[in-house]
Formats: sequence, C-alpha cells, structure tokens
Amino acid sequence: MSAKANHSPHRLSEKAFFESSGSALKDPKLRRNFKRAMNGLMEKRRDIFPDASELEETRGRAGGIRRKTLAYFPELLEKLEANCESNGIRVHWAETTEQANQIVLEIARSTNTRLAVKGKSMVSEEMHLNAFLEKHDIEAIESDLGEYIIQVVNELPSHIIMPAIHKNLEEISQLFQEKVDPNRSSESAEEMTATARLILRQKFHDADMGISGVNFAVAETGTLCLVENEGNGRFSTTLPKVHVAVMGIEKVVESLQDLPPLLKMLTRSATGQPITTYFNMISGPRREGELDGPEEVHLVLLDHGRSKIYEDELLRETLLCIRCGACMNHCPVYTRIGGHAYNAVYPGPIGKILTPQIEGIESVGYLANASSLCGACVEVCPVKIPITDILLRLRRNRVRKKNARHWTDLNGGKSLMELMTWKGWKQVLSQPSLYRTQASLLSRIGNLLPAQIPVLRQWARSRSLPRFSKKPLHRLVEEAGIDHE
Amino acid sequence: MNESASSRSRILKRLHGIHSQSRFADHPEITEPQSPSWTTEEKISRLKSMMESVHSEIHCCSERDFDTVFRKVADEKSIASLLYAKNTQLGSRIHSLKQSTPEKMPELVNYDVTIETMKKRIFSIDASITETLGGIAETGSLILWPSRDEPRLMSLIPPIHLAVLQAEKIYNTFSEAIDEGRWAEKGMPTNALLISGPSKTADIEQTLVYGVHGPKQLVVFIIQ
Ligand code: SF4
Repeated sequence: MSAKANHSPHRLSEKAFFESSGSALKDPKLRRNFKRAMNGLMEKRRDIFPDASELEETRGRAGGIRRKTLAYFPELLEKLEANCESNGIRVHWAETTEQANQIVLEIARSTNTRLAVKGKSMVSEEMHLNAFLEKHDIEAIESDLGEYIIQVVNELPSHIIMPAIHKNLEEISQLFQEKVDPNRSSESAEEMTATARLILRQKFHDADMGISGVNFAVAETGTLCLVENEGNGRFSTTLPKVHVAVMGIEKVVESLQDLPPLLKMLTRSATGQPITTYFNMISGPRREGELDGPEEVHLVLLDHGRSKIYEDELLRETLLCIRCGACMNHCPVYTRIGGHAYNAVYPGPIGKILTPQIEGIESVGYLANASSLCGACVEVCPVKIPITDILLRLRRNRVRKKNARHWTDLNGGKSLMELMTWKGWKQVLSQPSLYRTQASLLSRIGNLLPAQIPVLRQWARSRSLPRFSKKPLHRLVEEAGIDHE
Repeated sequence: MNESASSRSRILKRLHGIHSQSRFADHPEITEPQSPSWTTEEKISRLKSMMESVHSEIHCCSERDFDTVFRKVADEKSIASLLYAKNTQLGSRIHSLKQSTPEKMPELVNYDVTIETMKKRIFSIDASITETLGGIAETGSLILWPSRDEPRLMSLIPPIHLAVLQAEKIYNTFSEAIDEGRWAEKGMPTNALLISGPSKTADIEQTLVYGVHGPKQLVVFIIQ
C-alpha cells in the first residue's frame, strides 16, 4: 500500500494545505457528510452530559488525573516497564517512528509472521506502519471496520475515532462492490458489515500476529487497556500467537483506580456512549496451563518528540490528550474542511497542536494558523487542554523561527491587502462618529450587497454571507434601556 | 547497548532532566466522585435497562429456575452446539443438565484443549456460556475474568454469548469493583474484560449495526 506512504506529513506544505482545504470547502458532498456526522456526535455528547456542573467536576477530575500522571512521568514509565516485564510482556523503546517500525519488523521476522491483523491504533498511523510492513512483504490488515474501509481505498483516517466518516453509505457501498466482494450484495450498512465480518474472521483465523494500540497503560499492574466496540481489538490481541502493542509514551496512568474516570470521559466525549462494548485489560501473555491468548506480548513505547514536548510547561499539556476526538467534532474549521484537508495523521484541533510539535514546527507549523481561536475545543476537551493557548504559542514560535527574509514576515506573514484592511478597521473603530456612520450604512444596505462584487466574491465562494441586523448593536442596546457603562 | 536500550536511556534522561519544580507545579486536587449506592434491586434494574438499551437480552431468574429458563433460551435460539467450560461450577451444572435431559439440550463442546487444536472447530459453534466475576450497574457491564478453566475466546468467537451473573455481585461502579475485588493487590489475570453488549459498529455513515466481529447476541441470566 505504497499510496499510504504518500500521505506522510513530511511532504506537506502550506500551499498544499491551502489548496486542499480550498477544494474541500467547494465540495458540497463532503461538507454535507461532515456536517451531518459532526452534528450527530455533538448532540450525543450533549445528551450524555445533561448536568453542566457535574460535567465540569468530571472534567476537572479527569484532567487532574492526567496532570498527576505527567508530574511523575518518568517514574511511571519505569514502573510500567518493570511491571509489564514481570508479567512477561517484553518492553521496547523507540525514539523515532523508524525505530518503532524496525522493532515491529524484527518481532515479525523472529516469529515468521506473514500476516498481521491490526486493531485501531493512531500511533501505528503515526508510524505509517502498514506501508512499512508491506514493503517488507508482511501483510497488515486493518480490522476495525472504518479503518478497513479506508485501507481498501488507500486513504488516511479523516477522524481519529471514526476513520471513514468522510464517506457516505453510497460511496462505501460502491467501494465494497468494486474492491471488497463483487459477488455479495452490499447495499445496506448491515450487509456490508456482514461481508466484512466474514472476510475478517478468516483473517483473524489465519493471522500470525496481532497489532494494537493502547488507550491506557496502568503502571501499577503492568496492564494494557483497549477501548472498543467491535471486538476486533480483542481478536487481534487474543487469537494470533504474537501480540504487539504500540503506544505513545504519554498513555501511561498510575493505577487501576485512574481508569474509571478516564474511561468514562473518553467514551462519553467521543461518541456519547456511557461505555463501549469492550474494555479490554491485558496483563501478559498466555500463562502456563492457559488454553488461549498470545504466546508473546510486546509493548513498543514510542517517543516521537513527546519527551521534547514535555520540557515546556504549557506545551506539555498537549500530552494530556486521551484522543477522544471531541475537539474535532466541535471545531468549526474541521467540520467545514473535513479531516483529509489537513493531510496529517491527526486532524482537527488536537492535530493542529500535536502535529507541528512531533513533525517539526518549520515544516508543518502552519497548521497552528488554521484556527479562528474560537475556543470550542477548549470548552469540550475532557482533560481541559488549553488548545488555544498552545496554538498561540506555536504561532509565536514559528514566526520567531522564520528568518525575516521577506518584508511580509515582519508582519507575521500578512499580505498587503490584509494589512490595509486591519489599518482601515483600526481607523474606523477608534473614531465613534466614523464607526456609527459605517454601522448604520451597513445595516441599511449591507444585505443588498451582491455576493458577486469583486471584494466579496472570493470570500463568499466557500462561505455564506452573514446577515446584517436592521439596527446596529449600539442602537439596540440604547433601545433596550441599557446604559453606556 | 542495543538500540532500544539506548533510546530508553535517552528518553528517560530527558524526562528526568526536567526541573522537579516545573513537574510538580500547582496540581489541582483530585476530588473523589460521588458514588451512587443503590440497593440490589435498583442495581439489577439499572444494569438491565442499560444493557437492554444496547441490544442485550436479560433474563432474571432464581437459582432453581435457571435450568428451565436456560433450556427455553437455547431452544428459542435454535442453539445446536454450545461451547462450555466443564471445570467451572456453571460448566458442571450444564453438563449434568445434558445428562438428565439430553434431548432438550444442544450438543456440548468442552473447551479443554489449546486454541491451536480447537481453532477450526470453535469458529463453527453456535453459542457459548460463561460465568462472570460480577456486573457494574452504572454502565451496564459484565466483568469477565477468564481463567485456565474458562478461556478468553469463549466470550468472543461464537455468535451468541450467554453469561451468568449473580445478582449480589453487581457493583455500583467500576471503581467499586476494582476496590472491593482488591484487583491491584490480588494481581490481574492475563485478560480481564468489561463487556457491555453484543459487538457493534457505527463506522458506516454512523448507522449502528450489531454483530460486527464479536458476538451478535449477548444473553445475560441474572440469578437472584
Ligand atoms: S485534545 Fe481534548 S478533546 Fe481533543 S482529542 Fe484530545 S482529549 Fe479529546
């Protein structure tokens, strides 16, 4: 699956990002798919958190647990390693994704693995593991239904929880007909699910190795936890002879008692479920006398820039993330451009803060600019990551890093047009009479301006024009009898 | 030193290198959540409604009535073959049931050899029956604690999973289960599980479909 490797964020550029987000905005079908899906997810989350003060309390608790974990980060990693090893789990450390891939390859070689089944894992996406294994003649099959669908068409996940959310039923049905099984009817979601079940059960049966991610790793007991609904995670970690778990080092937690509040916040924030179908707690390979379970369990701890992120007190908060996806579900930018426009493994707000930090601020720092700083993500984040503060910091770091080679760089990369606009805006705002004239003018004729006039045309191509109120705000306020102060 | 070991020491060195003042800076106190304390009746009804809302089938019965209820379910679902674990208490009960009324019972398959020997066979069995360690009322979950006698794939491969839950072992919350069961002190089994319904997916246009990779049906007998 070499096409997948082409998605590597290393080859990305700001220009490509502008182009892809521009064309996403002009794709009505894509926008419909995302809008419908995100609205649904937001509604489900809202319904499961009916009590605002309770929600605040739970967020505080979940965030507190994650912050406590980071305070003892190195100690907990050492404890996790020791307890995993005493459970018989072999622990490997990788600073880079290349090293992590190499470790998985070596395990595959030493166990004669030809076919690996994979549970959903964002870290393995970060490693571009499938493409890597493929290059070394090892077949890696995604078994989460959403991941399976996008693997069939060589795409990146467009959402960290729902990887195939950009596709609607019709599109998926068509790809099942063309690429999965032309002989079976694949019209409804039920039929396609049944087809995938049949195909993938055979793969589970045949696979030599199972690869999974890790949602939480408990240091106290050396336990790897997986959160899922489908059962493919259980299959991948139970049936094949070898289980390899890959995890970002920040996924460690201290104790079993940390799990309930984090699990609760994860499933509720992600999909509005009180709990997922399966919560899988793995603490070692098959023991003497047991009849199933893998004979070998390996844990690959991937750094990929995380220990660097840890050095800074603000940026460190990025590592609190439990990958629930709520920030993207509520992000007005993500909802409009969709997950693929970012061309990065992690899209949406979390991607905008994480990707530049792990892939390099010089190469993908522009992602931090793709935000209006509205703060919707901060409001819903179950562990209270100050995403907007981190975005601002990353923007500042990026500007500082850039050489002032071009005059626009002195102005943070603003164009002449943008500069003039801000100048004019400042003039108007600092003179009350000018402001009033402009406001009453716009309230009278603003709605008559056709979207086709030159200054508006480009802007309006992918946006709907706002409606001007009949009366300016200050008039409304006066009429409502509210005093100036 | 191999590569993993040198990565390890570099990563840990960087993390340990952070000034402790920065690491331990003002952390908010973590408040204990208010834990519900329901009566057994309330716990049963909460667990039942939570699990039913995700397509599980719940039968409440007395210890004595279990045989009848079980046979009825097996019959209704036309279960022709049943995977069981003979060495558990439940297993021996199922076994004697088969001996006393063989004509009313499915064919029994005991899981007593390794998966490598069982693999082909296990994929063609209609249903399985397992015990549970307990339940969780708050989230509507079963706690499974697979063992040598009751291997972990029993609750995963057959399309119908029947599980037996003792009513008095339903905890209020997950947290209470961990505490009262003294999980950390006792040590974890190779694979502990919370199961809260039949396997499901919403990956195709957010349409909820049950029975994707794991069991298509989950039937719980709550013994009161
Ligand atoms: S940043 Fe917060 S909201 Fe976004 S995925 Fe991470 S935990 Fe969830």
